[in-house]
Amino acid sequence: MAALKTRISIENLNMFYGDFHALKDVCLQVPQNNVTALIGPSGCGKSTLLRCVNRMNDLIDGVRTEGRIIIDDQNIFSPETDVVLLRKKVGMVFQRPNVFDQSILNNLRFGLRIHRQMRSKSETMELIQKSLEDVGLWDILKDKLHHNARQLSLEQQQRLCIARVLILLPEVILLDEPCSSLDPIATMRIEELLRVLRERYTLVIVTHNMQQAARASDYTGFMYMGQLIEFGLTQGIFTAPCKELTENYITGHFG
Amino acid sequence: MRENFRKRINELESRVIAMGKTVETAIASSVKALKDRNLEEAEKIIRDDEMINRQRWEIEENCVNLIAMQQPVASDLREIIAIMNIVTDLERMGDHAEGLAKIVLLLGKETPVEAFTHIPVMADKAMEMLRKSIDAFIRRDAKAAEAICALDDEVDELNDKVYHKMIQSMISQPQTVTRATYQIWAARNLERIADHVTNICERIVYLATGSMHKLPNISTY
Repeated sequence: MAALKTRISIENLNMFYGDFHALKDVCLQVPQNNVTALIGPSGCGKSTLLRCVNRMNDLIDGVRTEGRIIIDDQNIFSPETDVVLLRKKVGMVFQRPNVFDQSILNNLRFGLRIHRQMRSKSETMELIQKSLEDVGLWDILKDKLHHNARQLSLEQQQRLCIARVLILLPEVILLDEPCSSLDPIATMRIEELLRVLRERYTLVIVTHNMQQAARASDYTGFMYMGQLIEFGLTQGIFTAPCKELTENYITGHFG
Repeated sequence: MRENFRKRINELESRVIAMGKTVETAIASSVKALKDRNLEEAEKIIRDDEMINRQRWEIEENCVNLIAMQQPVASDLREIIAIMNIVTDLERMGDHAEGLAKIVLLLGKETPVEAFTHIPVMADKAMEMLRKSIDAFIRRDAKAAEAICALDDEVDELNDKVYHKMIQSMISQPQTVTRATYQIWAARNLERIADHVTNICERIVYLATGSMHKLPNISTY
């Protein structure tokens, strides 16, 4: 096996919402071209940690961050960081598909416009086709690109949201409970998609569904009360975790 | 959910303990039948092996159901996997007890090459190993499981003694070849029983620590 390359290096990360210490000294090396799952009970900080990686937490008042997150040799919290560019490089998919009440085409073009990725019409169409192909929607939607995206099934909407991230050619994709509004079959198909996407991207997924973490991820981090308790290969975490807290959580003793 | 799962795991453990007792009884009875040349008892042991096989399938089926319906992970998963392996070894031990009973029938009322001396000792040691292993399983005691494997060496030594003694007999008294062969087979059955206990011990270590490896002091021939 090739040596594992770190894509995101989280170093002594502390985050406070006002007086609340939401992340405590989190250190985590997210491996490149792998799916990393973050699990833990509600309020443990897993979504907060995820949202730190593309600085989504900046949008919340009273947030204070200490420590560093290094992506491509740069601390994303440094003043020189262009947050818009960071969010292009580190895309995000949310719990509920958040498609715009517009055509499928416009949904996909939107990001390109925001990021001023001005391209010729044919280049744009190529990108649209490629990103829809990557999420398995091209054949279904190629003749319906002018239809409103809200008419799609929830699974298709979530796929479209992923395509909307892919079209910006990101390197990292953050997924915050991307399957929580989907049925089991749609969930399975999204999980399959993640496995394909990890060939080209680094994925971090927050999930409440432990079986999903076990099925879909290569590495798993267990968080509890703002701390990263244990991080390791998913198969190790789910067969013989090192920490008692992890064991108790995944076997259903609490949470 | 969790309580129901624990309850079903506890039930499984009780079944494993019960199966261990059944197997121990089968071993004790088969060695006694061998010493007493009790053909009727031997036939009963052969018939009763079916009961051991049934216990194994029932436990295994329960394990499969638990995996399918509860999706256990970590120590819960290791326990079920350990149980599935342990009952396979117990069932094989039952087969060896049956093997001993078949030897009783083969020997019939013929005089043994010499009075059974080592074989009952081997049986006692193998049964001691079995009892201790079931105890270690219940206590999740990896250290005890490792210690049990040392006893396997003693059983192996006794097996060697029986083997050499019987070979000598075959050489000096060719008319004993058949009977001596049966006695070698009898010892071999007991030696295999002890080997299966060491497999059980490996599963206990896996259950307790998550580490899957061969334990030392295990005969490999």
